[in-house]
Amino acid sequence: MNLPNALRVESRSASAARWYPLCQRADLVANSGVVAWLDGEQVALFHVPDTETGDQVFAIDNKDPKSGANVIGRGLIGQLKGELVIASPLYKQHFRLQDGSCVEYPEQRLRVWPVRLHGEQVEIGLD
Amino acid sequence: MNAIVSPIGRERLVIIGNGMVGHHGIEQLVERGATGRYEVHVFGEERQRAYDRVHLSEYFGGRDAESLAMCEADYYARHGIHAHLGVQVLEIDRERCEVVTTEGRHSYDKLILATGSYPFVPPIAGAEGNSRLVYRTLDDLDAIRAAAQGARRGVVVGGGLLGLEAANALKSLGLEAHVVEFAPRLMPVQLDAEGGAALKARIEALGVGVHLSRATQEIAIGEAYAYRMNFQDGDFLETDLIVFSAGIRPQDALARAAGLELGARGGVAVDNDCRTSDPAIYAIGECAAWNGSVFGLVAPGYSMARTVAAQLAGEAHAPFTGADMSTKLKLLGVDVGSIGDAQGATLGSKSYRFIDEARASYRRLVVSPDGKTVIGAVLVGDNSYYDTLLQYAQNGIKLPAEPSGLILPAGEGAPALGADALPDTATICSCHNVTKGAVCCQVDAGVTDLGELKAATKAGTGCGGCAALLKQVFEHELSARGVEVDKSLCEHFAYTRQELYGIVRVEGIKRFDELLAKHGRGHVGCDICKPAVGSILASCWNQPITDPALIPLQDTNDTFMANMQKNGTYSIVPRIAGGEITPDKLIVLGEVAKKYDLYTKITGGQRIDLFGAQLHQLPDIWGELIAAGFETGHAYGKSLRTVKSCVGSTWCRYGVQDSVGMALFLENRYKGLRAPHKIKFAVSGCTRECAEAQSKDVGVIATDKGWNLYVAGNGGMRPRHAELLATDLDDDTLVRYIDRFLMFYVRTADRLQRTSVWRESLEGGLDYLKQVVIDDRLSLAAELEAQMQHVVDTYECEWANALKDEEKLKRFRTFVNDARPDPDIHFVKERGQPRPARVSELHLISVTEEVV
Repeated sequence: MNLPNALRVESRSASAARWYPLCQRADLVANSGVVAWLDGEQVALFHVPDTETGDQVFAIDNKDPKSGANVIGRGLIGQLKGELVIASPLYKQHFRLQDGSCVEYPEQRLRVWPVRLHGEQVEIGLD
Repeated sequence: MNAIVSPIGRERLVIIGNGMVGHHGIEQLVERGATGRYEVHVFGEERQRAYDRVHLSEYFGGRDAESLAMCEADYYARHGIHAHLGVQVLEIDRERCEVVTTEGRHSYDKLILATGSYPFVPPIAGAEGNSRLVYRTLDDLDAIRAAAQGARRGVVVGGGLLGLEAANALKSLGLEAHVVEFAPRLMPVQLDAEGGAALKARIEALGVGVHLSRATQEIAIGEAYAYRMNFQDGDFLETDLIVFSAGIRPQDALARAAGLELGARGGVAVDNDCRTSDPAIYAIGECAAWNGSVFGLVAPGYSMARTVAAQLAGEAHAPFTGADMSTKLKLLGVDVGSIGDAQGATLGSKSYRFIDEARASYRRLVVSPDGKTVIGAVLVGDNSYYDTLLQYAQNGIKLPAEPSGLILPAGEGAPALGADALPDTATICSCHNVTKGAVCCQVDAGVTDLGELKAATKAGTGCGGCAALLKQVFEHELSARGVEVDKSLCEHFAYTRQELYGIVRVEGIKRFDELLAKHGRGHVGCDICKPAVGSILASCWNQPITDPALIPLQDTNDTFMANMQKNGTYSIVPRIAGGEITPDKLIVLGEVAKKYDLYTKITGGQRIDLFGAQLHQLPDIWGELIAAGFETGHAYGKSLRTVKSCVGSTWCRYGVQDSVGMALFLENRYKGLRAPHKIKFAVSGCTRECAEAQSKDVGVIATDKGWNLYVAGNGGMRPRHAELLATDLDDDTLVRYIDRFLMFYVRTADRLQRTSVWRESLEGGLDYLKQVVIDDRLSLAAELEAQMQHVVDTYECEWANALKDEEKLKRFRTFVNDARPDPDIHFVKERGQPRPARVSELHLISVTEEVV
């Protein structure tokens, strides 16, 4: 599989042109994160089964902009003022799972991908 | 030729003396912007810049000169102050307005004398060298330390405030300490007879010899020790060194030689502006005599420094009109307080006294002849009464109908005077002269954080004695303005950690979602409440943290049971209980480190840390370690880390107990205990304290009769000496007390609060802790012990548990859909070991190295 490298999907609500299988549903860990390899990109996947809008999966860049280390997938999921966020494990800054924006530092922003559960597959949306 | 040229209009100010008061003067000048008016030169006889003499004894407790310093190293330079340290001023030439130093002559327009005082040594035949030591400067302390080498016993002449400090210093050097006092009681200036007796009883219980009404006639060669002190009554005491602390004398030699007027009992005579008989010269601190009196405390010195700085800055200034000599301190760990007319010398005054001979506690309240106000007080054993009594005395607050209630033991600690009862003029912090009114101003200006308040007013940053009162006033003023002091854990739980702990225990809650549904808000929680609740659940029920319901609660280090480093790799610390390891196991560590190319370093806790493991390597590495008999070291958890030990009586010629054996026992008992924060122990085999137990959360030091238990110490960012909780314990009692102490901490501390900070915020202080742990005042002991026993009985190595479970191991994949390692992790070699590559080094790494 050869996927385009420079994807620019700013919001997970954006519709994807095509859905690609990324990993198995069983690879996910409820209320926590795992990381998938996407042809040179590292995608952190967070599975939150019990949100106000039901079972949700989020895909967000695994690279922490502050440390440069690939650790976002090992952060802690939380909810701040109603928004789902991930706390980076090294310096504890929070990124919104919805759009990758940073709560504390507006200049830090993580890329996000559309992602969905399709049967036993986790699929990522690429255009 | 003098190369320093003052800009026109800028006068030259010379300060002689760089002690606490001299330094405070400079700080005040800087703060008031007077450095624009004056070119300031300060001369200090000592090499070091101003340091905290009040806490001098901590120099033997591990603090170095730098940490005692009153300011940052570049403070003077940053503010354009010319500091001449290690330079003695030899003469003041008043005619030419110059000071003559060992460096040359310096002119002045204004001169401040802050030369302090020197220790008085009575003329006793034979006092010289190690039998004539004094206790005032860091150099003096170095001399005492040198004299203590190989010594067994030390004597302090003088049972006053400084003498007892010096005795503490000798004790912390491992010497058998004795105090010899001329008067019939200790601290004759501050205490009355009963107070002195209570203090004596307490100090003797700590193993310090107290000899009263003794006048030393001569010092001769000793038989069993180096010296023999012969007393006037024919008795004698032998010792290896003698420290004189028999009072201070104002350092007024320069002033005397310059013909300045002196006080009747010495000291440079000053008026209410702290001006000497020469209008260009001021004197402040212990060298100054106001109204014939010399003030040997730091607060009056600071007050003089403020008076002078304000004048030099051209500001309106408060005249110096004497000082309150009330004082509260901890001597040898014993609370001592003295307020106003402590001895009841005022004609017609009446006293209330409370004496508890069992605990050697004493309190005296002296009231005015009309019985309406407090004019003095004495406290020995418990200073929690001090703040309230001082406010009554200083502000003339009308006494309650039953004044004895102010010193009687109350059910829940000492009665506090409500912050609202204090007038705005009430001084909260006497070191920095901060009134309640000033605190109110800050609150009105929008300050809602105690740290901010301290930064803005400096309140509580001097001796620190007002910390509790300051917090009380601050919180009272906040709530009076409708600012709620919010103690919620986070936006999901409107409870404190202590309250949540109680809920989890009482309701038997074992899962986060259950707690959140019943007592919280939302469905998810956050990175504050999840780890906090995870820790509470682990403390209570001790289920494996990697269980599916618990794993989302853990911080990354607990999730992967290793310590994440800056590049996303982990370090691994297997348990090496007590720091004892067989050669075979040491070889295994070496082999594993070599096989996985891990950077290897010895930790401060007598263990070995292996750095640079990637996520997917952790199970393989732990498989090998566990096969070799290792288990997890919990270096990643807010839990018991290590029990450091010295070799103890098994090998050491000084050891009196088997410290390694005890350390192993304690580490194996408490390993796996999760707590609000990490916990460190140490066990020393004798009073030389090679394991540094007094800097640990729990410190155990062997005595010839058993073990002394110290608690709530800390190293690190905010060092704190552990406090002696109990002495000469047998093994069983030691363990019971530690069980109770730890579980009480787990039960009542805030999240991420170390035992040291917890202890400082504990109302009732050390005495209260003793009542809970030793006297079982809350009838909790059996419960706390049972809860600890549950944790001990359910211990399981978390790594061994995880390795048995394929599902749990799936978490340790770098990528769930690919077997490659993280290609962005690069190492370079340094001193024969790998370390993370810096960004600037990445181009040096060839592409081929990146291939799996």
